[in-house]
Amino acid sequence: MTSTSAPPGRPRAAIAERTLRTDRWWLAPLLTFAGLSAWVVYATVRVFMQTDYWVPAYNYLTPFYSPCVSLGCVPEAAHFGRFLPDHPLIPYAALSLPFLLLFRLTCYYYRRAYYRSFWLSPPACAVPDGHGKYSGETRFPLIFQNAHRWTFYLAFVISAINTWDAVLAMWNDQGSFALGLGNVILWANVVLLWCYTLGCHSCRHIMGGRMRHFSKHPIRYRLWTFSSKLNTRHMLFAWLTLASLALTDFYVMSLAAGWFHDIRFIN
Amino acid sequence: MSEIERHSFDVLVIGAGGAGLRAAIEARSAGKKTAIISKSLFGKAHTVMAEGGAAAALGNVNSRDNWMVHFRDTIRGGKFLNHYRMAELHAKEAPDRIWELETYGALFDRTKDGRISQRNFGGHEYPRLAHVGDRTGLEMIRTLQQKIVSLQQDDKNNVGSYESKLKIFAETTIVELLMSEGRIAGALGYYRDTGRFVLFEAPAVVLATGGIGKSFKVTSNSWEYTGDGHALAMRAGATLVNMEFVQFHPTGMVWPPSVKGILVTESVRGDGGVLRNSEGRRFMFDYIPEVFKSQYATTEEEGDRWYTDPDNNKRPPELLPRDEVARAINSEVKAGRGSPHGGVFLDVSTRMKAEEIIKRLPSMHHQFKELADVDITKEPMEVGPTCHYVMGGIEVDPESQQSKVPGLFAAGEVSGGMHGSNRLGGNSLSDLLVFGKRAGEYAAAYVDGLSERPRTTDADVAAASTAALDLLTEQPEEGAENPYTLQHDLQQVMNDLVGIIRRAGELEEALTRLAELRKRAANVKASGGRRYNPGWHLAMDLRNMLTVSECIAKAALERSESRGGHTREDNPGMDPNWRKVNLICSLGENGVVLKRQPLPTMPDELLSLFDRSELAKYLTEAELADFDRIGGGGEATGGDESGSAPAETESEAVGMVSASEHPPTADADTPDGDAVDDATATTGDATTKTDDGNGDKA
Amino acid sequence: MTTRHFRVWRGDDEGGELTDFDVEVNEGEVVLDIIHRLQATQAPDLAVRWNCKAGKCGSCSAEINGKPRLLCMTRMSTFTADETITVTPLRTFPVVRDLVTDVSYNYEKARAMPAFAPPADLKPGEYRMQQVDVERSQEFRKCIECFLCQNTCHVIRDHEENKPPFSGPRLFIRAAELDMHPLDAREDRKELAQAEQGLGYCNITKCCTEVCPEHIKITDNAIIPMKERVVDRRYDPLVWLGRKILRRDQIKN
Repeated sequence: MTSTSAPPGRPRAAIAERTLRTDRWWLAPLLTFAGLSAWVVYATVRVFMQTDYWVPAYNYLTPFYSPCVSLGCVPEAAHFGRFLPDHPLIPYAALSLPFLLLFRLTCYYYRRAYYRSFWLSPPACAVPDGHGKYSGETRFPLIFQNAHRWTFYLAFVISAINTWDAVLAMWNDQGSFALGLGNVILWANVVLLWCYTLGCHSCRHIMGGRMRHFSKHPIRYRLWTFSSKLNTRHMLFAWLTLASLALTDFYVMSLAAGWFHDIRFIN
Repeated sequence: MSEIERHSFDVLVIGAGGAGLRAAIEARSAGKKTAIISKSLFGKAHTVMAEGGAAAALGNVNSRDNWMVHFRDTIRGGKFLNHYRMAELHAKEAPDRIWELETYGALFDRTKDGRISQRNFGGHEYPRLAHVGDRTGLEMIRTLQQKIVSLQQDDKNNVGSYESKLKIFAETTIVELLMSEGRIAGALGYYRDTGRFVLFEAPAVVLATGGIGKSFKVTSNSWEYTGDGHALAMRAGATLVNMEFVQFHPTGMVWPPSVKGILVTESVRGDGGVLRNSEGRRFMFDYIPEVFKSQYATTEEEGDRWYTDPDNNKRPPELLPRDEVARAINSEVKAGRGSPHGGVFLDVSTRMKAEEIIKRLPSMHHQFKELADVDITKEPMEVGPTCHYVMGGIEVDPESQQSKVPGLFAAGEVSGGMHGSNRLGGNSLSDLLVFGKRAGEYAAAYVDGLSERPRTTDADVAAASTAALDLLTEQPEEGAENPYTLQHDLQQVMNDLVGIIRRAGELEEALTRLAELRKRAANVKASGGRRYNPGWHLAMDLRNMLTVSECIAKAALERSESRGGHTREDNPGMDPNWRKVNLICSLGENGVVLKRQPLPTMPDELLSLFDRSELAKYLTEAELADFDRIGGGGEATGGDESGSAPAETESEAVGMVSASEHPPTADADTPDGDAVDDATATTGDATTKTDDGNGDKA
Repeated sequence: MTTRHFRVWRGDDEGGELTDFDVEVNEGEVVLDIIHRLQATQAPDLAVRWNCKAGKCGSCSAEINGKPRLLCMTRMSTFTADETITVTPLRTFPVVRDLVTDVSYNYEKARAMPAFAPPADLKPGEYRMQQVDVERSQEFRKCIECFLCQNTCHVIRDHEENKPPFSGPRLFIRAAELDMHPLDAREDRKELAQAEQGLGYCNITKCCTEVCPEHIKITDNAIIPMKERVVDRRYDPLVWLGRKILRRDQIKN
C-alpha cells in the first residue's frame, strides 16, 4: 500500500533490556499460576477420594461427583444410573469431569490465563515470550482448542445436570420440601455455572454472533445481546465458578464427613 | 544530478487527505499512471480530524432538501463571496460522491429505513450531514485508503504489480514544483526517512495539501498544515484567492496547555450542549444581536424545547454563527467571568444521560477523559476559540480545478473560492470529494491533451535541492537561527496580530514583523544529518509558512470590512462593494503581491433562488436594480427564506448605500467604507451577520 | 514547572542507546510535549513521528516505560514525581531513527487482504443497511492504525519469523469488519483469515486489546468471533451435520 525508500529487512532498535516495564507485570501471572494450581491440586485430591461426596439426609451431591455413574456410587446419589466400573483411578463422575476439564481448558479466557502464567507465552504484554519458537494454535496439539464448541455443547448438558441436582436437593430423605444453607450454596453455584456457560464465547457465537444481519433475527439478536453482557464478565465468572465449585464441594464434604452440620431453614 | 532517484508518472497527487486520495482514484480510473505523495504515513492526513459529517443534500432525513437549498445555504454561509459555480457544482454533485463511498465500503450511521442518516449543523437548513458518530473524517480517509488498496489489488491481478498504476510515497515531502515553458513538468521531493531527494516527472500535478493553520499558535491543525501547496503554487506562478478569510472555531480545548486548540465539535452544541460563564449563567442569551432576535430563542425554556421540537421553537443562541459565539466567549473572559483556564464552560453533563453522551459524542468523551481528566458526562468542558480552516486558497477554474498554471490542479482546503468568506460545517468533507474527483478527472484529461511531455531541467532540480540542503548543517552553527524558535515567533505574530479580531495598525505591525522574520529565516540552519531530521523538515516548511502568512496579513489589511472569517474591529460592517471583490495574492519579483479582481457574477437563475430582502443585505443598489429587472425572487423547493434571512437594521442599509458611491474595482483604492463604519460603529459588527456556518471542519 | 528525568532511545539501524535528559515539565502536559521540548531545546534532530496530537491519527506510537502507548495520550501526571520516564521506539518493527520505526509491514499486510466487495446488484444510493447491523463493523472502523496491537503481539514481536504467515490483530479486525459488513459480497473471509492471515497463530492472550487506545475489543469482538466462524466451517459437529442434512450453506472454494 505504501512504499518508502527503506530497504527490506532492516534491524529493529537495539535495546539491551528485555523489557523496560517498571510496574509489577509479573504479579498477575503469578497469582493466576497460584490460583489455578491450588484449584487443580484440590480438585484432583477430591475426585480420587471417592468418599464424602453425598449427604443422604439432605440429598446434597457435590458437583465433583455429578453425575455419579460409577458402580461404586451410593445408589441414592446416582440419579442417572450406575454403569462405570468401580476403580480407584476412575472418578465416579468420569462421564462429565473430562469434558468439564476440556471445556475449561479450551475456554478462551482460561487459554489466555494459562498461556500467560504457565507457558509464559507471553507472561505479560510487551514482556518477551518464554519460548524460542511459536506456532500458536495452528498445529497439533493446540489446534484442538477449536474443539471448544463441542465441549460447550457437553458443558451445557452438564450444567443442566447440576441444576437437576440442585432441584433434587430441595427434598430431604423424608421426601419433604427442605431448605438449608447447603441448598443456597448449591443454587449459587448453579447460577454462577450458568453465567459462565452462557457467557462462553462459543455460546455467544451460536446465539447470534454468527449472523450477518441482526435486524432479520430480532430474537437471536436479543439472545446474543444477553450472552454478550455475560461475556464481558467471562473472566470474572471463570474465577467465581472455580471458587464456587470448590466451596460447594468442600461444604458437601464437610457435611458428609460430619465436621459440622448444615444450617437448616426449613426441615 | 544523475544520482537522484527518478520516477515518471502521468498524474502526481501531492497530499494524501480526502481530496488527494479522491483525485488519485479518479486519475487511476481514467487509466493514468498516478502517484500519491503523502507528507505523513498513509492514512494519517488531517481529514481524520473531521468530526461532524459530510454535507450532501441526500434528502434522507428531510425529503424537502435538494441541491438548491444546499447551494443557498453555502452562499449564505460564505456571505455571497463564494465562487457561485463551485458552490453549485458542490451542491449538485455531493450526493453522488457520498453514495459512491458506500460502494467503497463506508459505513455511515443509518436512518430507520436503512439509508444514510443525516444530522443538523449550523447554517444548514435541513439535516444534511452524513456522519459516523463524531469520527466521520476517519471513516472517509479509511474508506478512500481502502479503495486505493482495492485498485492496487486489481492492478496486481491484471498486471502483476500492486504499484504499476497507483503508487504511494509515504513520508515524502515536495519542496518544489518543476516547470517547463510555463507548464508543470514535475516536482522534487525528499524521503523523510533517508533525507534523499526524489524527482517526479509528471505533466500534471494535483495539489491537495490542506491548510495553513500551523502558522497560528492556537490551532486545531496538525504540524503538516504549513501551507505547502499554497506556497508551491505561488512559486510556480499560480495565484491565491481570499486568503484573508481564516475560520476560527469557537470551541477548542483550552486546558491543559498542551492540547490548547484541539477541536471540540459543534455537534456538542448541536446535541444540547450549553455555554456558561463562571457564574453559571448561559451568557449567550445576552449576546443575541438585534438582527437575530427573531430567529433565536430568548429564553432558556424555549431554547431547550428546540432540541426536541425544532419546528415550533427557535434555536438556542449557542447555535449562533461562529464569530458571534467566539466574540461572546472573548467578552466573557475579558470581563473576568471566564473559566479557570481562560475559556468558558461547555456543558452537556446536565443535559443528557451519560450513555447518551457516550453514544453520540464518543470521541469527545474519549478526548476529554484522556487528555484533560475531564469526564464530560459528569462535568463541563472548558473551551475557547481556535484557528481551524482557511477559506482562501489556490485560485482555480471551477470545472477543472486547474490553476492559472497549465497542468497544476488543486482540490480541498488548499483551493479557494468554494466557501467564500466562511465555510459551513460539513461542507469541507463534501468539498474534498466533489473537487478531488474533478481535479483527478481533469488532470487525466489534461495529460491526454498533451502532444508531448514537458521535461524537467537538471538546473531546476539542482537549484531546488541546493536550496533545501543549504538549510542543513552537520554541526550546530554559531549565530544560526533555530527553526523551532522562528516557528514559535511566527505563530505568536499571527495569533496576536492577525487573529480573530483584526485592526489596521496591528496588521501593519504584523507585516513589519513578518518582514523581520523573513530576514531571520534566511539565516535558519538545522543541525544534524539528513535521515529523519525534524529540525531540517521544519526549516523547509518555514519558507512556505512565511509566504502564506504574508498573503493572509496583506489581504487582511486590504479588506477594510468585516465579512465571515475576517473581522476588522476598525471596519465592522459588511460592505456590498467589497462583496464584488476578490483579493488575489501572487509572488512577484519582490515578494508577495496583492491585487483586486472582480468576483465572478452569479447568473440570474441562481441569484433568483434568493429572496430580495436577503439580497438587499449583500448587494449594491445597482446590483439590486439589475435583480429587480430580471424579476428575481424565485424559490428553491422547500425553502424557508424568511426564517433564515435576518432582517437588516435601517441604519446599516443606509450606510451601505452611501458606500456604493465609490465602488471598488480592480486596482482601485480601498473602497470608502467610512460611512458604513460610522453608521455601525456603535452597534458593532455583530449586526451584519446572517445565519452563517459555525462549522466544524467536517 | 518541575524538572523531570527522561531516557530516550536514540540511534538507528546501526545501533543506539538510551540517552539521558533532564527537561522541564508543566502541568497538564503529555509525553509528546516533552519530546517536542527536547527537540526545541536540546536535541533538534530527535526523530519522532506525530500528527494530530489528539489521539485521532495514531502516528505517535512508541513505548513508554516498556508499555506500548501513544505519546500524545500519555499524560505526565500518570507518573510519580521522581519516576524516570523511558521512551523507546516500537520493538516489533525495524527502526528508522530514534523513536521512528518502519511500519510498512502493516501496510503490506493490509494490501494483501481482499478489499470490500460491493454487491453486484446495487447501484450507488441503493444501499440499505440497518444501524444494528452496521454497528459491529463500525466498532472496528474506529481503528486509528496506530499499530500498537501489532507491536505488542508476541506472535511477531518475539518471533520475527512469523511475520510472513501472520497478519496481526489490526488485520483481524479488518477481516471481522468485512465479514460482518451487511453488504460485503465475499463469502470466504473466514477461510482467508485462517489460511492467509494466520488467525490460528493467535493464542488470545489479549495484549492487543489491552493496548488499544480506541478501546476496541479486538479479541472478544473480532478475533474470537472469527475463530468461531472458522469453527463453524470446519470443526462444529452440529453445524456440519445440519449442513449435510439440509444441503445448504456450502463452502465454495
